[in-house]
Amino acid sequence: MRRERLRAEVRRVKIAVCVKRVPDTETRIKIAPDGKSIDEAGVKFVLNPYDEFAVEEALRLKERAGEGTEVTAIALGPEAAQETLRTALAMGVDRAVLLTTSRQPMDPLITARVLSAELRSGGYDLVLCGKLAIDDYNHAVGTMMGELLGAASVSGVSRLEIEGNGGRAEREVEGGIEVVEFSLPAVVTTDKGLNEPRYPSLKGIMQAKKKPLETKPVELEEETLEVLELALPPERKPGRILGEGPDAVPALIEALRNEAKVL
Amino acid sequence: MAFQGVDFYDIDSLLSEEERAVRDTVRRWVDEKVIPIIGDYYVRGEFPLHLVPEMAELGLFGANLPEEYGCAGLNNVAYGLIMQELERGDSGVRSFASVQGALVMYPIYAFGSEEQKRYWLPRMARGEVIGCFGLTEPDYGSNPAGMITTARKTESGWVINGSKMWITNGSTAQVAVIWAKTGALDDPKSIRGFLVPTDTKGFSARDQKGKLSLRASDTSELVLEDVCVSSDALLPKTEGLKSALMCLTQARYGIAWGAVGAAMACYEEAVRYAKTRVMFGRPIGGFQLQQARLADMLTEITKAQLLCLQLGRLKDRGAMTPEQVSLAKRNNVNMATEVARETRRLLGAQGILAEYQAMRHLANLESVYTYEGTHDIHTLILGEAITGLSAFT
Repeated sequence: MRRERLRAEVRRVKIAVCVKRVPDTETRIKIAPDGKSIDEAGVKFVLNPYDEFAVEEALRLKERAGEGTEVTAIALGPEAAQETLRTALAMGVDRAVLLTTSRQPMDPLITARVLSAELRSGGYDLVLCGKLAIDDYNHAVGTMMGELLGAASVSGVSRLEIEGNGGRAEREVEGGIEVVEFSLPAVVTTDKGLNEPRYPSLKGIMQAKKKPLETKPVELEEETLEVLELALPPERKPGRILGEGPDAVPALIEALRNEAKVL
Repeated sequence: MAFQGVDFYDIDSLLSEEERAVRDTVRRWVDEKVIPIIGDYYVRGEFPLHLVPEMAELGLFGANLPEEYGCAGLNNVAYGLIMQELERGDSGVRSFASVQGALVMYPIYAFGSEEQKRYWLPRMARGEVIGCFGLTEPDYGSNPAGMITTARKTESGWVINGSKMWITNGSTAQVAVIWAKTGALDDPKSIRGFLVPTDTKGFSARDQKGKLSLRASDTSELVLEDVCVSSDALLPKTEGLKSALMCLTQARYGIAWGAVGAAMACYEEAVRYAKTRVMFGRPIGGFQLQQARLADMLTEITKAQLLCLQLGRLKDRGAMTPEQVSLAKRNNVNMATEVARETRRLLGAQGILAEYQAMRHLANLESVYTYEGTHDIHTLILGEAITGLSAFT
């Protein structure tokens, strides 16, 4: 009886996954002539890898729960972010919403506010997103959305179960695992290790263009942060072989002590 | 290290978003699942069979056949890009997919009855059934019209006798498309195709040992000794040798793309090595001889990429001719073999190791140069197309 009821409840879950279009980690980044942004020419953009965990988890929850569960992918970004959403659709997400802007906000609070407004109107039970986006490493938008929505907020989960009106998550913390129970609605941010995201199948890619992708232009608040300068990390000096075997140890100690000054 | 692609002429801008998405998915899969393991399988002389369910899940088998038969329903450019990426991993992996899709699923689709299509195609798309294609015989390679495998009509079906050689997937397959003469041995018009389950009595397959090429691929000899099949084993719409040749045109189309993948893998390896290998106090990429190698490779790859793309667009329009496929197969495989050889040389002593890709690709491409219409035969096909004079007879 209880099991039946739980399943009935699970069926009603509406899941949103917030995704971001980011440069591929393998791309060689070039700084634009203004010194404050990256040169996007020739840069390949991908679905933020941490958001991929969120998409995968949403799809697994849906597959476990059955037909009644709907997964919506939401992105905030330029028109080109449609391609990012289509990747999520190709993986198996049901529908997508692009909040179109001319720029990607610097201040995570601006992003969190716009996304939260969309999430609130959609009445989602569970919001999933990556714990961070690999382009700015802010770790901020997910937890800010939790606060703005007045929902439970769990960050950086490596295991997730949803049952009935709540869930249970595991977080990898220093030296151990923290187990958290929470109620729905909730915002959960996903970490590495949660799952292994599927490849979008070729059929999925073909079906993606037939799934609904809604675009909504949004106004952004005035930017509160300003990028002053963007610089590439200094090039690493090539290594040096001091010798081989135990004979090389004195020279190594000498170099670590006097050159690198780490001993 | 994920593959970054070779695209000097922004050919990506000529692809649709979907075509790129398909290519990028397969590219990533090859980077993650094929490249890390393929060298070991190659050295051991074993096909990585565990990849088959994943390839099926992605939808790689018969990907350009319609969705109603459980296939992905892609256009031919997307299909070509899949072949390109698979062969960037290894010619053996691409060969597996080529045989499954172009040489077994395609003839079932093109020449099969509706029941045959409904039965076999979804199972083959899901990778539950693996197929092989038996045309070549020990004494009839470039001249398949001379084949001596026969199929004789009986009251309940057919009896097939003969042997087939150089059959990719031969020992792995559950079903074989066997081409055989139903009439006199001097009558190539009597050649028909048959779907023969490989567990039929009298059917045997033997692994061909001692290969120094395509080592990560199952290449087998098939022997059919009084193999009895029912009437519905016949592919009803096959009509003479030309039906078999139509299958080869499909496979060759994929090979033209695949060769570009192998060449791109080698070129990328050559560039990386040239920039990091220091000799005489500087990277060897700074020397004119190596730069000339790299410039030639990039030029030839770029030309081959454009050749493939236009060929694919022609195929999608239904305007592609077999002679155009011959030109692309001939050019691209030869080009890729040269690129692999030059990469092998640029890599110096390292180039002979399985840890690098060049020599594996080089050895593979020597087979690809010969199979699916040898380089020489394609030269003669083009010669006939140009002059109207056949050099064969």
